[in-house]
Amino acid sequence: MRLEPVAAILLRQWYLLRGSPVRALPMFAWVGIDIVLWGFIARYLNAVSGAGINFTTVFLGAVLLWDLCGRVMQGLTTAFLEDVWSRNFLNLFASPLTISEYVTGLVLASVSTSVIGLGVMLALAVPVFGLSFIALGAHLLLFLVVLYGFGIALGIVASAMVLRFGPASEWLVWPIPALLSPFCGVFYPLSVLPAWMRGLAHALPPSYVFEGMRGLLHGEPLGLSQAVGALALAALQIALAAWCFVRVYRRAVRTGLLARYSAETVS
Amino acid sequence: MTAGNDTQAAAGAHPALCVRDLRKSYGEVLAVEGVSFEVAPGEIVGLLGPNGAGKTTIINIILAVLEPSAGSVRIGAMDVDRQRSQALAHTNFAAVYASLPGNLTVLQNLRFFGLIYRVRDLGQRIAQLLRQFALEQLRDTKCGVLSSGELTRVALAKALLNRPRLLLLDEPTASLDPAAARDTRTVIRALARDGRCGVLWTSHNMYEVEEVCDRVLFLSHGRILLAGDPRTLPREHGVRNLEELFIRLAREPLAHPAERLA
Repeated sequence: MRLEPVAAILLRQWYLLRGSPVRALPMFAWVGIDIVLWGFIARYLNAVSGAGINFTTVFLGAVLLWDLCGRVMQGLTTAFLEDVWSRNFLNLFASPLTISEYVTGLVLASVSTSVIGLGVMLALAVPVFGLSFIALGAHLLLFLVVLYGFGIALGIVASAMVLRFGPASEWLVWPIPALLSPFCGVFYPLSVLPAWMRGLAHALPPSYVFEGMRGLLHGEPLGLSQAVGALALAALQIALAAWCFVRVYRRAVRTGLLARYSAETVS
Repeated sequence: MTAGNDTQAAAGAHPALCVRDLRKSYGEVLAVEGVSFEVAPGEIVGLLGPNGAGKTTIINIILAVLEPSAGSVRIGAMDVDRQRSQALAHTNFAAVYASLPGNLTVLQNLRFFGLIYRVRDLGQRIAQLLRQFALEQLRDTKCGVLSSGELTRVALAKALLNRPRLLLLDEPTASLDPAAARDTRTVIRALARDGRCGVLWTSHNMYEVEEVCDRVLFLSHGRILLAGDPRTLPREHGVRNLEELFIRLAREPLAHPAERLA
């Protein structure tokens, strides 16, 4: 993998963000609204429940981490969609750029923008609503890595979907985090889910993060197998997502879809 | 290092482009059948034919955005199927249907593609191309607001960024005024004349083809019907000029060329 082509993808994203405030706004606006909404809900629940649970960390912390995962996915997909919207596929894929360089560039673009989003969320949640991750300790880093990994895998799969089914399939991509959130146990323990949903939850790395986070807040240590399992699962899903993207790309080259992408179909 | 010295040395001994027995079918529909040709370094070859003849399909296959059903493409010493990235590092193209992102400025686009092609001394190369294509005034203008002629000049500047060994130009002067079109032809001819770059040029302007191309390939229904010198072919086939020859071939595409032109 060569550095310059990866840097090119990253630089293009920077040019687009710098040139259009409309692109930069979603990095702050939606996560900010979520933090404010859940911050007040947590504050209210802390005042009325008397259950001895710190809802600020349980709910607001969970929202922050889940939003981050979604932002990573959306950041990657949006960077890919920039090439769809500007009909740039021919220029890109008829160049020496390799698929691994392209996807790495998209991942780095997404990580960069989501770090900014994370900063905004923390800047709101910590001073305004008193969110503290101290109870999570160094595990927070592990959780962040797992969520970043899963968000990257989702973003690659979402981009492969758009490449496979055409620009109109964009609308299928945006609700993916919302569709997965009930299975990930963002706000509740997996034990409340029916067996079939629990089965699916075990295949989703974020479910280990949110289970682990709740356990730590209740003073239960995070099992090594749980931590390693979540990391391994996220890594495996990134590899599977990349494989899926390459397969879809090769199919698009074989069928002629890539050369006639705006037609959405070759039939 | 933008490209390996070994591949550069090896490329010198090979045609800029070598296409062998190319075939592309979509189910029962044959888009390209049994196409073979070469473009030598320093040579400008015109790929001519009516709309739907298979010109763009061939260009897409050469650029590795379309997989052939059979056959091979070599750019210099490199097989496009097996050494895609290395082969495309020595190639570039400009086509009316592949405009550069309109939401980036001219300079941003050239920087973006310059990095992708790993162009050495990129700033210097961009400055040189901006001058060459009279784009200095437009360097900070977004490509989306440029006229079609200006866009064509930017696309040509992008196509020359990496000093390609093989340049594919799909109707490069279609949107240019006569003066700009002549300047473009001069630039491309000069590029070919230094003996390093082979050019595959498609155009529907037969006068231009006659002026620019060293050799032409007439394509119809995905097959090469005729090949030769554009200045002598019309006389050899009893017509006054290349345009008449084109029209004759385009109107009777299914007959054998020898029978048709007898």
